[in-house]
Amino acid sequence: MKRIGVFLCWCGSNIAATVDIEETMAAARKMPGVVYVDHNKYTCSEIGQAMIREAIAAHRLDRVVIGSCSPRMHENTFRKTVEAAGLNPFYLEIANIREQCSWVHKDKLTATEKAISLIRTAVAKAARSEPLFSTEMSIERRALVIGGGIAGIQAALDIADAGFEVDLVEKEPSIGGRMAQLDKTFPTLDCSACILTPKMVDVAQHGNINLITYSEVEKVEGFVGNFTVTIRNRARSVDMEKCTGCGDCYAKCPSKVDSEFEMGLAKRRAIYTPFPQAVPNKPAIDRANCRYFTSGKCKVCQKVCPAGAIDYEQQDQLVEKKYGAIVVATGFDTHKLDNYGEYAYGKHPDVITSLEFERLVNASGPTGGKILRPSNGQPPKNVAFIQCVGSRDKAKGNPYCAKICCMYTAKHAILLSEKVPGANAFVFYIDVRTPGKDYEEFYNRAYEECGATYIRGNVSKVFPDGDKLVVRSVDALSGALVELVVDMVVLATSVDARADARELAQKLSITTNAYNFFNEAHPKLRPVETQTAGVFLAGACQGPKDIPDTVAQASAAAVKVVSLLNKESLLSNPTVAEVDIKLCSGDMSCLAVCPYGAIAEKFIEERHGREIRKRRVAEVNTALCQGCGACTVACRPGAINLKGFTNEQILAEVDAICL
Amino acid sequence: MKVTTDKINSNLIKEVEEVSGQKVSACFQCAKCTGGCPVVWAMDVYPHQILRYAQLGLADELLNSKTLWICASCQTCDSRCPREVDIPKVIEALRLVLLRARGGNYLHPNNLPARVLENAPQQGLVSAFRKYAR
Amino acid sequence: MSVKPEGFEPLIVAFCCNWCSYAGADLAGTSRMAYPTNVRIIRVPCSSRVNPSFIIRAFQRGADAVLVAGCHPGDCHYHSGNFFTRRRFTVLKQMLEYMGIEPERFQVRWISGSEGAKFASVMNNITAEVKSLGPNRKLRDAR
Repeated sequence: MKRIGVFLCWCGSNIAATVDIEETMAAARKMPGVVYVDHNKYTCSEIGQAMIREAIAAHRLDRVVIGSCSPRMHENTFRKTVEAAGLNPFYLEIANIREQCSWVHKDKLTATEKAISLIRTAVAKAARSEPLFSTEMSIERRALVIGGGIAGIQAALDIADAGFEVDLVEKEPSIGGRMAQLDKTFPTLDCSACILTPKMVDVAQHGNINLITYSEVEKVEGFVGNFTVTIRNRARSVDMEKCTGCGDCYAKCPSKVDSEFEMGLAKRRAIYTPFPQAVPNKPAIDRANCRYFTSGKCKVCQKVCPAGAIDYEQQDQLVEKKYGAIVVATGFDTHKLDNYGEYAYGKHPDVITSLEFERLVNASGPTGGKILRPSNGQPPKNVAFIQCVGSRDKAKGNPYCAKICCMYTAKHAILLSEKVPGANAFVFYIDVRTPGKDYEEFYNRAYEECGATYIRGNVSKVFPDGDKLVVRSVDALSGALVELVVDMVVLATSVDARADARELAQKLSITTNAYNFFNEAHPKLRPVETQTAGVFLAGACQGPKDIPDTVAQASAAAVKVVSLLNKESLLSNPTVAEVDIKLCSGDMSCLAVCPYGAIAEKFIEERHGREIRKRRVAEVNTALCQGCGACTVACRPGAINLKGFTNEQILAEVDAICL
Repeated sequence: MKVTTDKINSNLIKEVEEVSGQKVSACFQCAKCTGGCPVVWAMDVYPHQILRYAQLGLADELLNSKTLWICASCQTCDSRCPREVDIPKVIEALRLVLLRARGGNYLHPNNLPARVLENAPQQGLVSAFRKYAR
Repeated sequence: MSVKPEGFEPLIVAFCCNWCSYAGADLAGTSRMAYPTNVRIIRVPCSSRVNPSFIIRAFQRGADAVLVAGCHPGDCHYHSGNFFTRRRFTVLKQMLEYMGIEPERFQVRWISGSEGAKFASVMNNITAEVKSLGPNRKLRDAR
């Protein structure tokens, strides 16, 4: 008979106010195998843990059941506690009497009854627990960073500085991402390029960073410490070794298309670098728009290239590489405005998005940094800024706040007053949100010093009137109707997850929220980890974020990667599947359902009388097995069991509940 | 009541800011002034609304408001304003702007009736000269 | 023949996968979303760990209903586990119905870790449904 100790936690009044601890203790004493019962105000405190350790020694306990908060909260804490007392950590079971009992039930009588049942269930499971042990696994001490925006750049630099090799994969021909498109950054009005481009150059020159541009992640296999990633190097049609980046090719290329980097406000060639400070500063051919690839004639770039670097025969290449850890830093897309006909975007050239405005203000942008109306090239006198376009809109946009728009709109209003003296900025807002160091002061500056008029009310309609635009709204503060005649309208477009975020999430087996932003493992306490060990998040791919937060998160992710890669080896998850070869029929149903390829066939030799026969059985690779248990159900003879969640344990739980 | 580009760009804000020495644009409409005003019950336009109208250039609504003449300049609002706007000074400036705008309000000492001069407090006279001086 | 005694409180066994539904139950807890005490949760790593025999056993031992809850299809922490769950329990459900067990007594639901409210509403609904059905007599061990 096992010697089980039951410890009940009050969790202050969180549990004790709804569950009668005395009565639960009395009931626990009568449960089979229970030899000791105690309680504590806060079991997770050092005092509470010491009490458990002492009780284990004093009463020779060999199994421990704790009635407390969710095991998702403190299972590891208490496993360490019982381990410190000399027991196997898997001799611990937790009955969740807080999240699944005291917090959701009000009636003390029935809540206590349920708590007793939960304790009985945990006792039944604990009585059938067996010692489990981890095995050591090697670590591939290299990291992969997906996405070459400021998040990916920062993470790659930090990991590389710590002495580990990093592959930085970027899908565009150059790193830089969204930040490269910005002009100034709030709240300091630093020039974005001035602080970003040195980092981009650092990336290119860092001995530990291998820059892989114009490439995408195709497939991810393996597990923490041992990921195998297939990267698709898209055919650049330019030999990176030979190209010197002289630029003769794109000066002569005859095909002009809208520049993605310039948000369609300028043209680029079919062979192009996205922007002049590109890293690597070597072009790629956009085959969909290249005259040679579409019509078979041209080859101008090949003729003018002094280095002979143009290679039309290049093919996409799939490269397989091994990594110990992965940082996902894929950034964001701006919200599509198809649902917002009322703002006349796309119908009138002077209605532009905030990112387009950013290019207009930028000294290296299409207007050389002059704010000019796209319709007639004249500087605007009155500019309306409309906030929350696609944000805080449950009906046809994103229900969430995009977080950065209030601040960049304040920045735009300030920049407008600086660049076009005498111009008036009108900002239509729902709420102005400025949580951040020096943010409120920056916003104050916009209306106090730079003359921006903030009008509390969202714009309902924008329509052209002659060569002007009429903006209709209301000032909800005064109740006055507002009808402004302006020269330009700037839409503060919301922040979306990348269109392919879900696809990438599936490759990495991480999860996304309802809006396709990647989920962190815990919203407060594990903000850069994901539910998949070894995969970390940085930047706006996890949720809308400004540059300071992005950089902070990227450095945090880098630290997590470094502390992982610094380890000599990893301990494997001990709750893995196990084959009882006596029962195994060798039909390999298990192999078919295993998502990790953790099951392989093995031939064993058995003596049958005088004859030795070979027999096929299944074998579990414990390093690959993640412990889902799908195989245990597929197995017809019931030969596979899952350690920590054995058939016997689960059936005992069912029996204890139905007692 | 309607806000237009012309009204919002009119000189009203600048004039009020110049006369009062206060930044009308600094107000972010927390409405603490109105919450604490001891005579707010008698006002048709609340103090925070006065500032809002001024920001938006709603001259008619401002100048026809009884509030301008009800404010007792007790400074309760001013002492609590988080944006350091001295609202009584703004209201005083609005009175000045209004009176000046109406025209024909130049006050000459010779035109003051003797009995007014006899009974009026000196401070009142100084104030009247300030208000009606062009 | 179902009996509906006064004040019948059904016993409901819920198998919840650790990553989504168990987390959803925890979220219902942290959000203080009340639901009836009739539900008892068994934590499993994945809904694909739930063997149909566990469900039969629960009915044998007197459960009035059984719920299996996992991640939404496509969101399984283990890539594909809940697809197996879906197939297995489509078959089991038909078998249970054939044996005379009302479909409301065996339910499979997808509840993500962020759906605390859905967890609570599923618990409320299943409890109400089973209450109106009365105690389960089918499959029960003679005791």
